[in-house]
Amino acid sequence: MQISARRQEQTTIFDVSGDIDFANSREVRESLLDEIQERRAGCVLVNLRQVRYIDSSGVASLVEGLKASRDLGSRFILIGLSPAAREVLQLSRLIRVFEIHDSEEQALAS
Amino acid sequence: MLALYSNPKWLSVVRGAVEHLAVTLGFPPVQSRSITRAVDEALSNVMRHSYSNRPDQPIAMYFRKTQRQHEGELQEGLEILLCDRAPAVDKTKLYGRSLDQIRPGGLGLHWVRQAMDTVEFTRKGPTNRLRLVKYLAQSSDAL
Repeated sequence: MQISARRQEQTTIFDVSGDIDFANSREVRESLLDEIQERRAGCVLVNLRQVRYIDSSGVASLVEGLKASRDLGSRFILIGLSPAAREVLQLSRLIRVFEIHDSEEQALAS
Repeated sequence: MLALYSNPKWLSVVRGAVEHLAVTLGFPPVQSRSITRAVDEALSNVMRHSYSNRPDQPIAMYFRKTQRQHEGELQEGLEILLCDRAPAVDKTKLYGRSLDQIRPGGLGLHWVRQAMDTVEFTRKGPTNRLRLVKYLAQSSDAL
């Protein structure tokens, strides 16, 4: 799994690729929470286009990011869901809980 | 049989093996992925909860073809036995949470029960045994 961040003013875009599982979901969680709670990003986008697999701990990390954003009044958006990411969010009935856009451009324009 | 240590770095290896096995046995892609997900979640639970994140503890996995008569039809399937030597598991904690709750955690066990036809936990001597079975809806020559 690889995760990297790009920052544009108040918006931070995380690009995540590979498999998010119990071996590395903590890194995802800490990256998201640090950006939301410490750096106080006004909007966090998580690009999941290159994610091949995501387990329940990975989904939990996204939920924690969403909750932290809501607590601080910021936005938390998932973009470019890979088939694997979409499948687990549907299984978890979380697909409608998150704000989801196909692309970064769409998300930034919304 | 697959023997490994409780280091999470092995999760991706096991996922690859299980999905390949399920596809080879004739499970359609969606079911192969759900079986793989169930095994991955079960294995992660052993590493995280049973072994408290210690990465050097033994885990054994056994795979075999199985079959049953179901509504007049012979169904073939895949049986997976996951064994660890951790202290006995509290069975009352082996239930996933309701999906109506929006909170982190508790999804894994829900996925395991959703994916598999049989989820059976037993303690035999010093060993925790989790038996997972998934049957094919129709007999397949691939089995």
